[in-house]
Amino acid sequence: MLDIRFPIGLMFSIVGLIITIYGLATMGQDAMYVKSLNVNVNLLSGLGTMAFGLLMLLLSDPVRKRKK
Amino acid sequence: METKFALHGIDYLIMAVYFVFVLGIGWALRKYMKNASAFLEAGRSIPAWVAGLAFISTNLGALEVMGMTGSGLKYGMLTTHFYWIGAIPAMVFLALFMMRFYYGSKARSVPEYLKLRFNEKTRALNAFLFALMTILASGISMYALAILLENVLGWNFNVSLLASAAIVLAYTYLGGLSSAIYNEVLQFFIIIIGLLPMAILVMVDIGGYSGMQESLAPIVADKGFAADTWTTTWKYTATAGANPMGVEWYGILAGLGFVLSFGYWCTNFLIVQRAMAADSMTAARKVPLIGAIPKMFIPFLIIIPGIAALVLLNDPGKGFALPLNDAGQPIYDYTIIMLLKQYLPAGVLGLGITALLASFMSGMAGNVSAFNTVWTYDIYQTYIRPATTDKESDDRHYLKVGRMATVVGVVVSIAAAYIASKFGNIMDFLQTVFSMINAPLFAVIFLGMFWKRSTGNAAFTGLLMGFLIALLHHGLTMPAGATTLVKGGWLGVVHTYPVEMAQNFWTAIFAFSTAALLTVIISLLSRREKSDDELNGLVYSMTPRLDDSGVVWYKRPWFLAAIVGIIMIVLSVIFW
Repeated sequence: MLDIRFPIGLMFSIVGLIITIYGLATMGQDAMYVKSLNVNVNLLSGLGTMAFGLLMLLLSDPVRKRKK
Repeated sequence: METKFALHGIDYLIMAVYFVFVLGIGWALRKYMKNASAFLEAGRSIPAWVAGLAFISTNLGALEVMGMTGSGLKYGMLTTHFYWIGAIPAMVFLALFMMRFYYGSKARSVPEYLKLRFNEKTRALNAFLFALMTILASGISMYALAILLENVLGWNFNVSLLASAAIVLAYTYLGGLSSAIYNEVLQFFIIIIGLLPMAILVMVDIGGYSGMQESLAPIVADKGFAADTWTTTWKYTATAGANPMGVEWYGILAGLGFVLSFGYWCTNFLIVQRAMAADSMTAARKVPLIGAIPKMFIPFLIIIPGIAALVLLNDPGKGFALPLNDAGQPIYDYTIIMLLKQYLPAGVLGLGITALLASFMSGMAGNVSAFNTVWTYDIYQTYIRPATTDKESDDRHYLKVGRMATVVGVVVSIAAAYIASKFGNIMDFLQTVFSMINAPLFAVIFLGMFWKRSTGNAAFTGLLMGFLIALLHHGLTMPAGATTLVKGGWLGVVHTYPVEMAQNFWTAIFAFSTAALLTVIISLLSRREKSDDELNGLVYSMTPRLDDSGVVWYKRPWFLAAIVGIIMIVLSVIFW
């Protein structure tokens, strides 16, 4: 049956990528990040989410089988 | 202070990606739904770690997430009793001692176990009450979510209610229990990743845990409690008056740690169903233990930020406020969404709101997938159309019925949500009433599993009387300051509890004791109905011990249970 790590990995990679790009695009918009204590939380959280998504993808059966 | 806010395009984009995947998982699983067993029991093919995360995710519904953050604000670290002493011992007990009977008896639901162990009427009583309760619970959480989104984000109540119900219906209709479970795992990760940035930022903002303790001291002293009451768990439970929950340590141990938590985790089919879907006996026994590990750390994500919100509320410089209800009281259940608004800019805010939607969906899908199983097997197949000799056509038929039950379940939940919006008090009352079925149920199942002498008539009487005693206790007591009969005292007030929580604990304790006592007495007075042979696989002493010697020591349930126990003790000591 379906290996759930594959859709989870795919979704978090995509969501992470979107948030990372948004974080890069809004870099320098300091007013926007005052509420997050002057941290570009989009960039950080986006990269973290993307890393989690890619890890799940790497662990998923469809990817591992293709490598073999 | 302004408590409404709007989302940006980027937030909606993230939400949309989530919806696509949730529906996509249902779509990808639809081709496996060839018979009733695949649809309603996930074909007993789910790996342990997937079922374990689903086990915890289905409990992490919207009402839980919103309510626990609010409780953090109201009661402080005492709220973690719901996650540590009030969950972990019960989960470990379920895994080590009970799961093998649920899984090994080939029962397809908890009511069906009652039928196998006791008799038809005991199953019927439990099945009907359970079916009603799950549908009602899903309606109430649907209402809570839609009203939150309307009040805070300005979304249309009808649209968010119907759209969220339609999405849950679509993926549970397509992929049944497998789809609900797989999505619960996805939702589990979304809840963690979506709420984590807020949880970190709020702690940084108030100077970490020690900063929070310092800021809380004067606020808590103002309320008339010792300065560190909000950051301790057991320290002020010697007397009920010394802590905001209004309970003593033995009330917590017996009420929450034993009756309420064992009633919920060990007998609620909504929860147990996830473990029953596991792909082997060893996996089924590990499911609650795998779920227990993240469970113990969820307080850091939702309860501690709630406590931090109390600091923010008392610091005008932070500009933090909670929306007020019609009576002018702050709505504590909105703490989590206001924390998201406080710290998250567009982008991660979308992820945070998606986490709330995900928690709602995991809870509702849990209700719906438990309802359709109990309806199809315990009600329809038992009372309306029993199985015939043609197994193949039966399978197709019950698959169709299971799917219909899914639709009907969602439609009735929607109706319940609208009733809740018109007559909130009635729904609150019904929910309180139905929450009373678990405690006596645990007494009966426990005696059934571990005492071969207990009989069907005794179990039925115990279950029914336990429920009625709970009602009676609720009717004769009330929490201090209650203004409506929904909270109790509708038969006259014999006793007043300082806090509603204390009343709930004692209601459960009375219900459990009555059910246990009656089951024991009537069993001893009546003749055994089932022979030792018939009880094989249903009762502990009549079933051969499981042999784990073929499993490597670190993969054995006992080893996992020891780790879970140690983590819980360490956490309890740290936050004593």
